[in-house]
Amino acid sequence: MSDLNIKNFETKICPTWCPGCGNYSIWVAVRQALVNLNIKPHEVAFTFDIGCNSNGANFLHGYICHALHGRALPPAEAIRLANHKLKAIIAFGGDGGGFGIGIGHFIHACRRNIDILYLTHDNQIYGLTAGQTSPTSEKGFKTKSTPFGNPEEPINPPALALSSEATWVARGFAGEIQHLTSLIEQGIKHPGFAHLDVFQPCVTFNKINTFEWFRSIVYKLEETDYLPNDKKKAWEKAWELNEKLPIGIFYEEKKETYKDHLPQLQNEALVEKKLSDVNLTKAMAEFK
Amino acid sequence: MQYINFKIGGQAGYGIMVTGKMFAKTCMRQGWSVFCYTEYPSLIHGGHNTYQVYANKESAHSQKADIQTLIALDEVTIKENTRELIHGGIIIYDSSHVTLKEKRGDVEYIDLPMIEISKEICGSELMKDTIALGAALALYQAHFPVLEQVIKNTFHGKAEEMIKQNIEAAKRGYEYVTQKDNSKFFDIKLNKIEGVNNRILITGNEAIGLGALAAGCKFYAAYPMTPATAILHFLAANEREYDLVVKQAEDEISVINMAIGASFAGVRSMCATSGGGFALMNETLGFAAISEIPLVIVEAQRTGPATGLPTWSGQAELLYAIHASHGEFLRVVIAPGDVKESYEATIHAFNLADKYQLPVILLTDKYNVESPCSVEEFDAENVKIDRGMLMTQKELDSIKDFKRYEITKTGISPRSIPGQRNGIYQANSDEHDEYGYSTENADMRNKMMEKRYIKLEALKKELPEPKIYGNKNANKTILCWGSTKLTVLEALKELDDVRVIHIQYIFPFPSEFIKKSIDPKSTIIIEGNQTAQLQQLIRQQTGIYIKKTLLKYDGRPFYPEEIIKALK
Repeated sequence: MSDLNIKNFETKICPTWCPGCGNYSIWVAVRQALVNLNIKPHEVAFTFDIGCNSNGANFLHGYICHALHGRALPPAEAIRLANHKLKAIIAFGGDGGGFGIGIGHFIHACRRNIDILYLTHDNQIYGLTAGQTSPTSEKGFKTKSTPFGNPEEPINPPALALSSEATWVARGFAGEIQHLTSLIEQGIKHPGFAHLDVFQPCVTFNKINTFEWFRSIVYKLEETDYLPNDKKKAWEKAWELNEKLPIGIFYEEKKETYKDHLPQLQNEALVEKKLSDVNLTKAMAEFK
Repeated sequence: MQYINFKIGGQAGYGIMVTGKMFAKTCMRQGWSVFCYTEYPSLIHGGHNTYQVYANKESAHSQKADIQTLIALDEVTIKENTRELIHGGIIIYDSSHVTLKEKRGDVEYIDLPMIEISKEICGSELMKDTIALGAALALYQAHFPVLEQVIKNTFHGKAEEMIKQNIEAAKRGYEYVTQKDNSKFFDIKLNKIEGVNNRILITGNEAIGLGALAAGCKFYAAYPMTPATAILHFLAANEREYDLVVKQAEDEISVINMAIGASFAGVRSMCATSGGGFALMNETLGFAAISEIPLVIVEAQRTGPATGLPTWSGQAELLYAIHASHGEFLRVVIAPGDVKESYEATIHAFNLADKYQLPVILLTDKYNVESPCSVEEFDAENVKIDRGMLMTQKELDSIKDFKRYEITKTGISPRSIPGQRNGIYQANSDEHDEYGYSTENADMRNKMMEKRYIKLEALKKELPEPKIYGNKNANKTILCWGSTKLTVLEALKELDDVRVIHIQYIFPFPSEFIKKSIDPKSTIIIEGNQTAQLQQLIRQQTGIYIKKTLLKYDGRPFYPEEIIKALK
């Protein structure tokens, strides 16, 4: 379908994010990546949780499971198990839902290696509840919930993904749309669990980690001689937090996915299986 | 005496469960009805474990109190269970291992040298329970080849030598009694009842698992929790043969969200847990409701609150299941009364969930899901699969403006699944419009609340009425729900002028039926909780106050003897 364009992934609802919000560029990059991969709206399933980013569920055209706060991953994993023929499954989360209340799901999704892309909108703050410290907020960060400075160390998403055995670990920046689009495409294509953390400045509540601040500090791994095929080096890169922040693919590994362990999924998808006329004889044999 | 009542007790790790089951199967294969009741503490080794088998030529609905034969593999069993024996009952023990501090004068003791015989056979104590099993069955003059075949089937796949040793062990125990203690034979013989075939010995958990397979459940998610864990084991063992995916998730929150995700993607999906796990699922239960994603949840009650008595039973979550989660929404609660109803209700639950696009809760308990009993084999071939308004691609193609949450007279709207053209929508945890887009508009909010609730009209007509057992014109009525039916029906055998009303389809509540069928003055409610939750529910739904109750909340099931006493 050569006339596929990003408008095909728009709905009649006008986005309600704050002017200048990083969510806009992620919205554009996701749609452009799908167009580039020639994936049509009905061939993709998106899952969202609750947070500023997930208001995007109303602006994105595709099958959408708009779940509860912090719960974008479990439905996405199950959708993939139920239908491995869908061309893409993208779960959207934020640093609050994804690394706070839902962090358990993240760790297990990494080690499970189910074929989905998990994109976290990381703005180091709770936006929709109007500005509290988040699991990725810097130590010392002052917010309404930490007026005297956040006493906790932040979560390091790529390092956490690596230590949890994720097979594709990357970071993008909402201020670099083309670079981000390419990362999303690669994340969709990766067979297995792909985690893409995206720096997405909150223009309303985070006056520290702004577009300008990120622009001055990020650099692209692709523009260096870094190769994302060595976990130890990826680990070192993930901890480069001081002067410069790398964006791009930290680590990539081809490994059997969850589905490869399930002979019942080798051909038809679960959703295509016949339901009626089950013969229970074998299942009842042990009870005789 | 027309029945056999047997118990074996000892520490976990002694093989109590396997031995008890072999006794039960030996009875079942002779055509007897069997009900088994197990008690065990929350640990892996040691503790006091029992397996009771009640076998009756006609029917066996529950366990009974008056034990005839007790195998005591340890002193704790002697101490705890001797008082349960009838006059003339028999205790089988081994004096080299178990010391009798005092003896009951009206009970016979058989000092069976199990350990010595076991060592002769296999060099260790391993066979002692099988030796005792042979001895116990000899007291009922059981036909030994039946037991031999049960042993062969039970250990099928194990080493040939081990199977031989077990048969030898059973035979030595059997012969010990037939040769030395034949004066102690019971009057009742475990003889063959002709014409009774095709029975299986299963628990409620296994029945629910079989029901899920029969209903075409293709995705099952769970986190281990007693007493629902065996559903996970059963379905996992069968996932390749029956083409489903069984997923053990990181917690119950993930479990229910996965089940919803799979259902959203179009497969029939189920999850199971007990009260604590159900509590973790509660927030998400409302998501299934507001997004109208079909979902079947098994809630197998144990004894709360908190960790409570983790391996014991109760019925304290009736009002909880009906009200769980924030906000108001329709759900169906079904409380099957036995294994057959567990199987049938599971199949029905999938059809109801699909047809009405809502969560269906199977509310059961440890007593039903972990008590093996005999039942006719299930036949899944004629099971009707009703997927409701799930659209085919052809149907979607003919719709001009597809609205997943279209406001209809019945409240039920067409449903599409990812991958289908012309069916794109948002399953939204926010309140939404007919397409699924978020809205906070008051008018649309009301319309959607009413659309989801109006399904009640058709549901009420479809849900089966409570069942009446016994003499329909009797003057006294026992009212019960869920697994209490088991004991009540056993008690009913000895009660005159009593009928039983059992409520299985408990929510939406069958108010009209209760109003027309119940005289509160001659009715007693029997249920396994402290605050008479069915009594409260009836009063809330009908205004009728039934004063008389028989309640129990110690983790143990009712015994028929208690019910008979309360009714007389």
